[in-house]
Amino acid sequence: MIIKQLSVFLENKTGRLTELTGILADNDINISAFSIADTADYGILRMIVGRPELAAQVLKDSGFTVKITDVVGMIIPNTPGGLHKALQIISDNSVAIEYMYAFASGECKATVVIRADSLHKIIDVLQEHKMELLKEGDVIQV
Amino acid sequence: MIWNEHYECMEREELQKLQGQRVKEMVKRVYDTVPFYRNKLKEAGIEPGDIKGIEELKKLPFTTKQDLRDNYPFGLFAVPQPEIVRFHASSGTTGKPTVVGYTHNDIQMWSEVVARSLTMAGVTKTDIIQVAYGYGLFTGGLGLHYGAEKVGASVVPISGGNTKKQLQLIEDFGSTVLACTPSYAAFIGESLVEEKIDPRKIKLKAGVFGAEPWTQEMRAQIEQVLGIKAYDIYGLTEIIGPGVSMECQFQRGMHIFEDHFIPEIINPDTGEVLPYGELGELVFTPATKEAMPLIRYRTRDLTRLHAEQCECGRTLVRMEKCVGRSDDMLIIRGVNVFPSQVESVLLEMSETKPHYLIVVDRENNLDTMEIQVEIEEEFFSDEVKELEGLRHRIKANISSTLGISASIRLVEPGTIERSMGKAKRVIDKRNLQ
Repeated sequence: MIIKQLSVFLENKTGRLTELTGILADNDINISAFSIADTADYGILRMIVGRPELAAQVLKDSGFTVKITDVVGMIIPNTPGGLHKALQIISDNSVAIEYMYAFASGECKATVVIRADSLHKIIDVLQEHKMELLKEGDVIQV
Repeated sequence: MIWNEHYECMEREELQKLQGQRVKEMVKRVYDTVPFYRNKLKEAGIEPGDIKGIEELKKLPFTTKQDLRDNYPFGLFAVPQPEIVRFHASSGTTGKPTVVGYTHNDIQMWSEVVARSLTMAGVTKTDIIQVAYGYGLFTGGLGLHYGAEKVGASVVPISGGNTKKQLQLIEDFGSTVLACTPSYAAFIGESLVEEKIDPRKIKLKAGVFGAEPWTQEMRAQIEQVLGIKAYDIYGLTEIIGPGVSMECQFQRGMHIFEDHFIPEIINPDTGEVLPYGELGELVFTPATKEAMPLIRYRTRDLTRLHAEQCECGRTLVRMEKCVGRSDDMLIIRGVNVFPSQVESVLLEMSETKPHYLIVVDRENNLDTMEIQVEIEEEFFSDEVKELEGLRHRIKANISSTLGISASIRLVEPGTIERSMGKAKRVIDKRNLQ
């Protein structure tokens, strides 16, 4: 149920992101989802990739600052109210979300990547409410 | 106008005799009262009796900023504490400030040299002087204040900052003289334009600016926007504060008040005394100071001395604007900053290592300081609030150690250039030469 997310520190410099995507491409690593949190001087790139350990290693070898973070992937229907229902469950159970990002997978489903203050609590809560969760093996396909 | 013709226009021979007498007395005094100097003189094989005149000054050992640091806070004082009537301090390299004490007579002497300085800028008792230097441990505010009172001018002790108020009092009180750092003067000038204040309503005629390096271009700009004549004043806390030297109306260097502060120019590498006209490190012996007399204090400022008689009639030597430092000290917004202070802050914090680069620039005539700090991999977080928290902690620690604020930029590890030997820690883009 736990998904490994790669977090990378990126200075706001032209070409820095391109360097990173180049390294992943050269190593045949697919990016399934990503988001960037940006400040004036730097950004934090968060992404879900196939083979995260390998990806982290090749990026570190090229001088990137990388961290593997545990997140949860929640699969919701790609319909009006789909996200709202899921978030309602999370907030009703007092789980705080640090950040999240989402991508649509196919026409009828969407995946929401969530970093919560308590990973285990959010997994328990979502499972109790029969929400579909992304499994590690799913990542390569999404 | 000359405030004290007797001392400011003294014949060289007579002045040297006076200096010799004062050095002789001072050496005897510190030998008797300051263990540090007694040991230092003994080590150099000098007895107070060996010093008979100014010619022997060059035989005496130097005093450095490190000596002041080693004897923090009161170790170099030559009088017992009850004789001290005031302290001032400037920021030091390791978080410990440089402390200077003043006796009643020291304050009188300081007021005297500032009064001489202000008179050079044409200040008289008919003037209203707005002192916009900071008041407090920094010597700028109170130094100018007492000198201005001695002249009899009306002092507006507004201190630094609060630019709106500065403009209001310049306008409403009709201040005729402004005393502050040159960068603040430029800022006040710009604010004047921004606030659309009619320059004809302003009575300012002169500015007394110092405590940080500035260029001729900046002088021209300040003079133009404020409609004043801008004068350069020099000083350092260790010697007395502002009023060590000052420009007269001919502005051909700053006259040093040599009867109190005996100047020498030395080769910073060998310590050898250089003749007038040669570039070297400025050294002062403040021979008349009671609380903290120093023997041959090395200022680390690089400049030249000129002894040809000035058109103003003063015989005092003139020093050029300092062209640089013989150490790595930076003067930012009038505050002394050493890269080693930044290093110590980063070393003290568990989340950072001392991989940093200081970028100093000047925007709209105000100094800016950015410190780039490499993020450590183990403290990298995927959450913005964590990284921003770290950035703010660094910022707060830097600000409390340096006494001025800096913007902190987190950069990727390994991106700050590591050179062989001495790392490049500072990029100064201000172009002050």
